[in-house]
Amino acid sequence: MAPRVGIVGIGHTRFGNSSEYDLADVLAYAATDALQDAGFLEHRKEVDQVFVANMASGLFCHQSAVASSMVSRLDMEPVPAELVENGPASGASAVKLGYMAVASGLADVVLVVGGEIMRKVSGWNATDIVSTMLDTETEYNMGLTLPGFGGMFTRLYMEKYGLTERDLALLAVKNHDNGAKNKYAHIQAPCKIEAIADGPEADVVNNYIAEPLRMYSTCPVSDGAAALLLVNMDSPKAKLFARKPVRIAGVASATDTHCVHNRADPLQLNAVRIAGEKAYKMAGLTPKDISFAELHDAFSILELAISEEVGFFERGKSYLAVRKGETAIDGRLPINTSGGLKSKGHPVGGTGVSQVVELVRQLRGEAEPGRQVKDPKYGLSVNFGGFGNNVVAVICAKE
Amino acid sequence: MAIDDMEKKLRPPEIVLKPYPPKVITLASGEKMVVREAKREEVGALLGTVYPLIGVPSDYYDIVAVRMYSEILGWYRYRVANEFVLVGAINGVIAGIVTSRHVHAGLGMSLHTMTIKRGLRVGAQLFAAKMEHHIDILGEDEVWIVAESPNGFKRWMIEYQLEDRSSQFPEVRHELGGVPTFVLTRKLWNAVRDIKCTGTRPVSDADLKSAEKLIMPTEYPQLPGFKR
Repeated sequence: MAPRVGIVGIGHTRFGNSSEYDLADVLAYAATDALQDAGFLEHRKEVDQVFVANMASGLFCHQSAVASSMVSRLDMEPVPAELVENGPASGASAVKLGYMAVASGLADVVLVVGGEIMRKVSGWNATDIVSTMLDTETEYNMGLTLPGFGGMFTRLYMEKYGLTERDLALLAVKNHDNGAKNKYAHIQAPCKIEAIADGPEADVVNNYIAEPLRMYSTCPVSDGAAALLLVNMDSPKAKLFARKPVRIAGVASATDTHCVHNRADPLQLNAVRIAGEKAYKMAGLTPKDISFAELHDAFSILELAISEEVGFFERGKSYLAVRKGETAIDGRLPINTSGGLKSKGHPVGGTGVSQVVELVRQLRGEAEPGRQVKDPKYGLSVNFGGFGNNVVAVICAKE
Repeated sequence: MAIDDMEKKLRPPEIVLKPYPPKVITLASGEKMVVREAKREEVGALLGTVYPLIGVPSDYYDIVAVRMYSEILGWYRYRVANEFVLVGAINGVIAGIVTSRHVHAGLGMSLHTMTIKRGLRVGAQLFAAKMEHHIDILGEDEVWIVAESPNGFKRWMIEYQLEDRSSQFPEVRHELGGVPTFVLTRKLWNAVRDIKCTGTRPVSDADLKSAEKLIMPTEYPQLPGFKR
């Protein structure tokens, strides 16, 4: 039987603009934070494996080999270290590989770090670099971008299910309320529905990015990093750590067609559904058992679509739950308690790790006042790679 | 101050500019920002707002603050011709300041944009107000613009798709140090006005009153732990 895998340390930088810093330093900051949290900083050379998640440091920072660079910054040599790249799902892929390393018996202590510095380049260049994850011939070369896909997906969803732009604005209000209280969030400012949807200046204050997606339906371009220390909970080493572990109960990933146009129904995110189903099965849970969730809302529409694919709501009905406040922090199923990608930010290679950090903070009861979920038992995160072509789901459990 | 013959010769010739009509913008936070022209007697609050940022190298706040300080002082002491200062105030607290200069009937010279309150596109709104004043109110055909920070370059040169006239140097040379000059033409402004520039006029008496007395900010996101 595979050993149980727990998280005993978490680290996080404040997301935002860290473009004056070196990526390896930002990663090392988050890693140090996690090692300190676990009371393991002095023992860091006893880590068996390091995984560093990053999507595109070569393009954003003209920098490669960041895994070994970060290890060197932390004076951790000769600990083995590898880079993990799976687009914006790199972070959760690294968590998955960390889990596999421990569960396989190959390692007892694994440091997982994810991060990105995106703001060394302009917003337009960042959009272009992120878009390189699309199919080169049929998507990228045709001028498609991720916001472009997000806009088309939103339009299709609106036409099929009756979603309105105001519903998207309600999601922004909810997530900014949470992010405003999160010390790690990029944008720590609440927003009001009258300002971003109803008021006379809303069209400019909340301008279109890729119609019908507006600025407050789209994540910011962020820098930052997050880190986790994973351990074999059944090893004698588990007693070495200062923190009680939060168990990884389920972790799974799935792929879908790389080209979105090859999908029978572009509104169906098969990889999300399958990754979710596999994670539930591994954890022995159902969607009803989940206390809260971190869902990859690079565009607000994705929070809705993902919440339906993982079984929280019927297809096309999630926005009605948002209207009723069911996914607010005091609702029956809080979603994006961290502020989500919309408010917390989205340093692409770091997001999946950051989502799991939020699961741990909530399950430990350490979220800031006003955004702590009441007595949570299980948290789910979904990290969305490409436009849904490579997705990772993680379920964490309070022990 | 006495305006003697020497002082008269030190002052630049001035053109009386049309006033900028105040407007109010509801920011994403729901807060109302009144955008209006600053008055000379408010120079103390303006300089006091800018001064602490002179020591902030991040995002070139230092150079922008130093230059804006001198521009406001030059405006107050009549050492810059045809300058205007617009201010954005939330409940009277200064959220941002822009400085600019009318050169002649066809040309405006954009000076600086300083955002104090971050994350609500205060700077973007004030920059748009400045362009509105140049082209729609003062009737200029174009505004010359430079950026001193990467963020400024992203916000103005890229987002407005400004015309790059740097190849026409030295014939086209912005007053700020000869760095590459970009231009907002009337045609470009007409193309972006509706998506960049907003605000409600006339401003209600209550909102105007809220911005009647300018208050220096007590908190700066750029200066954690700042105490005045």
